[in-house]
Formats: sequence, C-alpha cells, structure tokens
Amino acid sequence: MKKQTWLTWILAGSLAITAGCSASDSSQGGTTSGQSVELLNVSYDPTRELYQEYNESFAAYWKEKKGQQVTIKQSHGGSGKQSRSVIDGLEADVVTLALAYDIDALAKKEIIPQNWQTRLEQKSSPYTSTIVFLVRKGNPKGIKDWDDLIKDDVQVITPNPKTSGGARWNYLAAWGYAKEKYKGDESKAQEFVQTLYKHVPVLDSGARGSTTTFVEREIGDVLLAWENEAFLAVNEIGKEKVEIVVPSVSILAEPPVTVVDKVVDKKGTREVAEEYLKYLYTETGQEIAAKNYYRPRLASVAKKYEARFPKIKLFTIEEVAGSWQEAQQTHFADGGIFDKIYSP
Amino acid sequence: MSHTNQSQRATHPTAWLMIALSLVFLGLFLIVPLIAVFSEALKGGVGAFLSAIDEPETMAAIRLTLLVAVIAVPLNAIFGVAAAWVIAKYQFRGKNLLLTLIDLPLAVSPVISGFLFVLLFGSQGLLGPWLAEHDLKIIFAVPGIVLATVFVTFPYVARELIPAMQSLGNDEEEAAISLGANGWQTFYRVTLPNIKWGLLYGVILCNARAMGEFGAVSVVSGHIRGLTNTIPLQVEILYNEYNFVAAFSVATLLAILAIVTLIVKSIMEWKAERQTIEQEPDMIVRAYETGGSIHGH
Repeated sequence: MKKQTWLTWILAGSLAITAGCSASDSSQGGTTSGQSVELLNVSYDPTRELYQEYNESFAAYWKEKKGQQVTIKQSHGGSGKQSRSVIDGLEADVVTLALAYDIDALAKKEIIPQNWQTRLEQKSSPYTSTIVFLVRKGNPKGIKDWDDLIKDDVQVITPNPKTSGGARWNYLAAWGYAKEKYKGDESKAQEFVQTLYKHVPVLDSGARGSTTTFVEREIGDVLLAWENEAFLAVNEIGKEKVEIVVPSVSILAEPPVTVVDKVVDKKGTREVAEEYLKYLYTETGQEIAAKNYYRPRLASVAKKYEARFPKIKLFTIEEVAGSWQEAQQTHFADGGIFDKIYSP
Repeated sequence: MSHTNQSQRATHPTAWLMIALSLVFLGLFLIVPLIAVFSEALKGGVGAFLSAIDEPETMAAIRLTLLVAVIAVPLNAIFGVAAAWVIAKYQFRGKNLLLTLIDLPLAVSPVISGFLFVLLFGSQGLLGPWLAEHDLKIIFAVPGIVLATVFVTFPYVARELIPAMQSLGNDEEEAAISLGANGWQTFYRVTLPNIKWGLLYGVILCNARAMGEFGAVSVVSGHIRGLTNTIPLQVEILYNEYNFVAAFSVATLLAILAIVTLIVKSIMEWKAERQTIEQEPDMIVRAYETGGSIHGH
C-alpha cells in the first residue's frame, strides 16, 4: 500500500511546523528595545473607538518626542472581568476601567499602590460620562425622566450590576434620583429601585451585551446606557431607529486610569506608560475624548464641544453612596441591597 | 452480495411523520441559520466580504487559529493513537479510569476547562509565582490558548480509534510480529493502514473543534487585539462593534470549515466502506496464508 507515504508526509510536515512555531513563540512578547516599545491597555467595553483613535495620536506624539515607535495593544471586556484578568496575570501596562472599585481591586492585591487615585489629576479620571436613556424612534412610550421607567407597560434594559461596571453606574444613578426625590428617605429610594428592576426582563453581563439586546434583538422600551455608548448606538444603528432621552438628573461617571506598577517595572515601560496616560489630559487627548462622546475635563475643550453634551444636573458617587467601597458594601456585595430587591 | 439486513421501507404514516419532523428540525436549526450567516456576510457584495476579512486584526486571528490547530491537532493525533492502542490491545489495571479521563473534556464545560488553566497558571494560581520568576507566560498568551485547545480536543482522535482498533483485534499484529517485524514496522505496516480512515476522521473532527473552540479559549485569551484573539473571539468582537458584515464574513470561514469537515467525513466513510468490501476476500486469503505459515513452523 503506497498510500501510507502521504500519511507519513502529513505527520512529518505538521511536526516540523509545530516545532517551528513553538520556537518562534518564545521570541514574542512586549519588551522594550531601543527602537520600539509595546504597551498593553486593558480597558472596558465602550472605549474601543476612543482608544483606537487615541492610540494613533499618541504613537505619533511619542515618535516625535522620543523618536521611538510605540505600538499599543488593546484588550476590551467587562470592567470587573478585565480587572480580574490583570490580577490573574494579564500583563497590562495601563488599565483604563469603568470605575475606581475595579482598580482598587488591583491595589488590594498589591499590584499597584494604595494611593493610585491621587497620582493623576481629577481623581485619575481624564474624562467623564453619565447615564442617559436610549428609546425607540419617536419615543412611543413617552419616556422623559426616571419616573417614567416604572410605568406599567415599560420594559427597561440594563446589565447586571454584579458583573458590569456600567450597570453599577445605572443602578446608582437611579438610586441617586430616588434619594433626591424622596428627600433622602432610603427606604423609599430602595422601593423605587426595586420597582425599577421589576421592569427589567433580562440582565446581560456587560454594557455592550445590553446594547445588543436592545438594538439588535429589539427587546425592551428603554436602555439605560453610558452617554457615549448611546451616541455610538445612534450613529451606528441609525437615527431612524433609536433616539436619546436625557433625564432631569443623572450621575457623574468618572472612569479612572492608572499605570500598573508591577508590570511596567518588570517590562521597563514606566516612562512611556505614564506619558500615555498624561497625554489623555492634554488638549489633543481631551479633544479625542470629546469626539468619541466622553465629556472632557479641560475647560477649553469642554467649551468647544458644548453643543454636543446636553446639560444635566449631575451628582457624584460620593454624594450618592459615600465612596465606591461603601457603594459596593451596601449595594452590590452578596446580601447587599441589590440581592434583596432583585429576584429573577 | 445482497444486503438483506436493510431496514424495511418506510411506508407507515408514523415513519413519514418522523421523517417530516426531522427535516423541519434540521431546516430550522441548521439550514436557515447557515443561509442567514452567508446572506448577512454577502449583504454588501463580494468586495465588502473580502475586505472585511482582509483586516490586520482578523488576519492575525486567522493566523493564530491556524497556529493553534497546527500544534494541537498533531499532538492529539499522537496522543489519540497511543491511548487507543493501549486501550484496545492491552489489558491493564486502571483501563476504565483512563477511558473515563479521556472523556472528561467532553463532560466538563469548556469555560471550566479554561478556568482550570487560570487556577493553575494565573499569577494567583498554583504555578503562577514560579512562572513569573522565570518570566514564562502561559495564560493570556499563545501557550495558554494552545493548552486549552489541546485539553478540549483531546478525546476526539482517541474516541474515534478505540472502537475501530477493538473490532480489528490483535491477530494481524501478532502475525506480523511472528514473521519477524519489529514494533514500529508492525505499527506502520499493519496497524496504521487498518485505522487510517478512522484516524483521519478523528483528526478532522479534532481540527474542527480546535478552530471553533470559544469558551475555554475566551477564558485564557485576555482578548488582546491582533495578538490573542482566535477566529471565534474575533467574530464576537466584530459583532459587538456593530460591524455586522465583518462579523458574519469571518463567521462564514467557520461555517465553511464545518461544511468541508462534513464533506470530507462523507468521502471518508464511503472510502472506508469500499476498503472493507475490497479487503474482505483479500483478508481471508491473507489470514489463510499467515495461518499456513504459522503452522508450517
């Protein structure tokens, strides 16, 4: 039987390729060599478009300043999951996550120092966002403010606050609204939020998942979304299908950034990583943020993009819940308020 | 030769009902989605389809997927042949345990398989500190993706070969050895030709799963764009970016892989059937000859 020979060839061929590949594997990885450097930015879901544009701009800036080629690799996912991956060894030079609590988790494991949030201006949040409503074209259910979300025939789409950073902002925005409405009466606020979550037919695990549920699968009447995510959905899906509704008050969402000390010190990338984050605060960085529908911190850029961002009365996380640690304890930890009010 | 053991012709109404039911089911769950994938992909024409695939990140995902398959499939082919050989040809203590262990990846959810590697090789895991000390990266890098894929796909070849080897028995190998063949010659000239169709089919199934695996790979990948995303992960990313044409275009690559797998499978079954029919008289002669020569000594 001569047919055996081709089997042998296949076997030998694949073994050779295998050997070749595993040899080349060990040579890859992001380390500094004079001419080029590689950074990994581990981020949350909705920042994809922002960092795509920003990375190009920074690479050009760094090339001019230092004459060094910098390539920035991106990883996106749910904020909590991304933080967990960095703890498990994903070698992020910088993390740019949805909320401070997820970066605190890195500090707890001593991957970054406890005082990380004071290392950059504005509590290390170079841009802010808020939570708005996305409704179907023409707003058939007449949704204008938080109160309309608990009307009988309204279905609300929001992700699971246990797993999603955006969902925690959504929850706390609703909580903050209710707290203000009922003059600080927490039990009434809890009742409001409980009723609200009775109107949620499905809890996705992340913000992008919820957007897809609302836009693609056409479930629900209103999506609680990051402002930038809502704008993106309108631009991508089309103005003829969905529109944005801005509530009377909402929360000031401050997505923070930091350098991952353990990684940059090992790879020798501290200088470029720190500059990468500082560049976010410059006029160019702020402008790119604004273009991607993140609210800029810098007054001059904010003025320029004034028309883009509707004026909303915004409260901070500190005003609603004290701090992220406290918010986590009271609301989202096992046995917390969310567990009490939500039963699927 | 007439096949008298064929099932009776379907005339009963219940039979027709069953056939209709299966066809409707197949149509709804296989054909319609398949058509949907292709029509979505070709929505913008062939040009859009091709340019959607010819993106640096997508090309990187395709390369990584091929690399992973090229490593995982031969490893599992070797392991599968060895395991099937041992299980089919020898009696030993713990044989049932080995059989159960081979099935383990099929029984465990792929996500759990992924976490297993995180628990083992992650920074907080069992071997994490040691790996960090020696500057070795396993998870969130190519080696982790390969390991997870190998783990998930290792039953396929072995499972395909064990029944084939068991039904073949030891006679031919024993004959070869008694005629003076050494172990390697026996394997190469007697066992391998007998199992080659089963082996190839196992390899193809293994390859299809290796290229299509999502769960386990997703856990250990770290989702670094252009670096640790395989084709299935890239499809999810594109879909989440509202880039539907690209998502479905890349998805068609996996769909085509599935179709090719099925075609090759059918060809193989047909060839294998022909081979056994052709071999039957031949084998009797050979058995007679070898039997004769044994008696002659």
